Amino acid sequence: MMNTKTRWTEYIVPGIIISAVLVFLAFFLVLPLAVIFAEAFSFNAWLEGESTLAEGWHAYWESFDDKYALPAIKLTLIAAAIAVPANAVFGIAAAWCIAKFNFWGKNVLITLIDLPLAISPVIAGLIFVLAFGQRSALGGWLIDHNIKIIFAVPGIVLATIFVTFPFVARELIPLMQEQGTLEEEAAVSLGASGWQTFWRITLPNIKWGLLYGLILCNARAMGEFGAVSVVSGHIRGETNTLPLYIETLYASYATVQSFTMATLLAMLGIITLIAKAAVEWKVKRERMK
Amino acid sequence: MSIEIKNITKRFGNFTALNNVNLKVNDGELIALLGPSGSGKTTLLRIIAGLEDFEPRDGTDILFKGKSVVGDPIGKRRIGFVFQHYALFRHQTVFENIAFGLRVRRGNERLSRTAIKKRVLELIHLIQLDTLENRYPDQLSGGQRQRVALARALAIEPKFLLLDEPFGALDARVRQNLRRWLRKLHDEIKLTSIFVTHDQEEALELADRIVVMNEGRIEQEGMPSEVFHKPKNEFVMDFLGNVNLFHEREDGSSVLGSENTSDLLKKYFVRPHEIDLVPPDNGGRGLPAVVKRVQLAGSLAKMELVDADGREIYVEFSHEKYNVYQFQVGNSVLAVPRKTVVFDDYAI
Repeated sequence: MMNTKTRWTEYIVPGIIISAVLVFLAFFLVLPLAVIFAEAFSFNAWLEGESTLAEGWHAYWESFDDKYALPAIKLTLIAAAIAVPANAVFGIAAAWCIAKFNFWGKNVLITLIDLPLAISPVIAGLIFVLAFGQRSALGGWLIDHNIKIIFAVPGIVLATIFVTFPFVARELIPLMQEQGTLEEEAAVSLGASGWQTFWRITLPNIKWGLLYGLILCNARAMGEFGAVSVVSGHIRGETNTLPLYIETLYASYATVQSFTMATLLAMLGIITLIAKAAVEWKVKRERMK
Repeated sequence: MSIEIKNITKRFGNFTALNNVNLKVNDGELIALLGPSGSGKTTLLRIIAGLEDFEPRDGTDILFKGKSVVGDPIGKRRIGFVFQHYALFRHQTVFENIAFGLRVRRGNERLSRTAIKKRVLELIHLIQLDTLENRYPDQLSGGQRQRVALARALAIEPKFLLLDEPFGALDARVRQNLRRWLRKLHDEIKLTSIFVTHDQEEALELADRIVVMNEGRIEQEGMPSEVFHKPKNEFVMDFLGNVNLFHEREDGSSVLGSENTSDLLKKYFVRPHEIDLVPPDNGGRGLPAVVKRVQLAGSLAKMELVDADGREIYVEFSHEKYNVYQFQVGNSVLAVPRKTVVFDDYAI
């Protein structure tokens, strides 16, 4: 009797739960990821004997040989290269003043930082179209001065910054609050200026949290679809980012090409996960020390 | 260098942390700010350092060597501040922590690398942490961290040293040692110093002068022996060590601790070492009580008594004196106050 009970709680129940999780993971994460690569390398055609592996491999690389592919990759990289540093600066500044100072409207600021997480990316895109588009007062002024924001690169960068807004700040606020201001006070009492205190004390103390936030921010910046889709205008070779280009290809039945591009984003995701795990491991080890 | 504080008031919302405080610290003195938590002692220390502002009013001022420093940035005041929980830079080694104040110097105050190294190693030697210079703060014990914090503050050649509960987070033994070490260090370098503590023993042992604070005011200041033996009021008497409270009745009998009787005349405060105990058959005036606990370990014999109403009396004897009667638990005794303190401001 006793024996049955132990076996039940020790092996069977955990076994069922773990199997359920594994099946779930396989269906919703591993399988889709595998499909991306399978489609990109034309595995299906090979399995059905319609083509060879070498042909699939060849088709994969040929997909890059498209005059719109490289500009899309480039634009995605540009948007991320601007959005990530911008968010780093903003995130540190916001976390700094929220965590280390008390001021009127602090809670409003914290809520505003969360706004991009709360609203749909499509709405975020629309906000920019309404603000900078032809019909707005600002948009009219911009057209008069020949500055293009909507359906151009600046709009894509703005939308990307908007949706990735919370990542760094959200990561740093609790960290900085936990660390308090004592070390900064000590630094100032020893004669350090504000800048010196920031570079020598505050920044080193938050570096891992910052890196973690930047990794997540970067992944989102490169993968963003909704908001960018609204402001981009889908001009091939000009305002198509990688995710938008994948969608365009897929919609025009260029399956192999579309999945080939998708492997890039999938790889980015995998690299992000590895980097994130590495940072977490490093932080854990530093805590243990 | 002397410090003078004039009419400082500080409020946090509705709470008055400091109420018109005046204080003068002489050159080379070691002063203790003693008081319970919430008495404003740490706030006063932080205001002197410039880490906290105060209410600007007429006649309000902080003077270092006769010169006002109000409005001077913290860094310019050149104060060595030792924080309660040390506030060491966690990602820097012992060496880097101590060197910090020298490395951030700008302009013609900058020191060469070798000069910084020399000075830091001297300080590491002073705090007896040679060979530990490459450790990180979380690899040090509490006492070692405290000494690093002190060396870091001393590195900038401060005009004063301000210490916020310097031994608060340490265990009793380390605290004792570090206390003596700090006193010795002060005697050697003669740096004007103020430390904050809630531990009366620490204040009595370490300080040249004690400033007793309560509810944002200074209750009394003076030499340790002065505040201990001549407390100005009930608060100081009570805060500086154990105390027994007696009431005298109109009929002349002494009653311990009871406050709700209408025929009370006076309130007496008696220190545990200022009570004599005699066997009840000796006659004479005194309060009948029964010995409840005897504690003979340590330099003094300590006894707890209970009177007829169940109130406790604390008594301390030297061992020689204890040996005269050798009272045991359960013995009946008469407690006779030898020296009592009555405060004028006490009114029924």
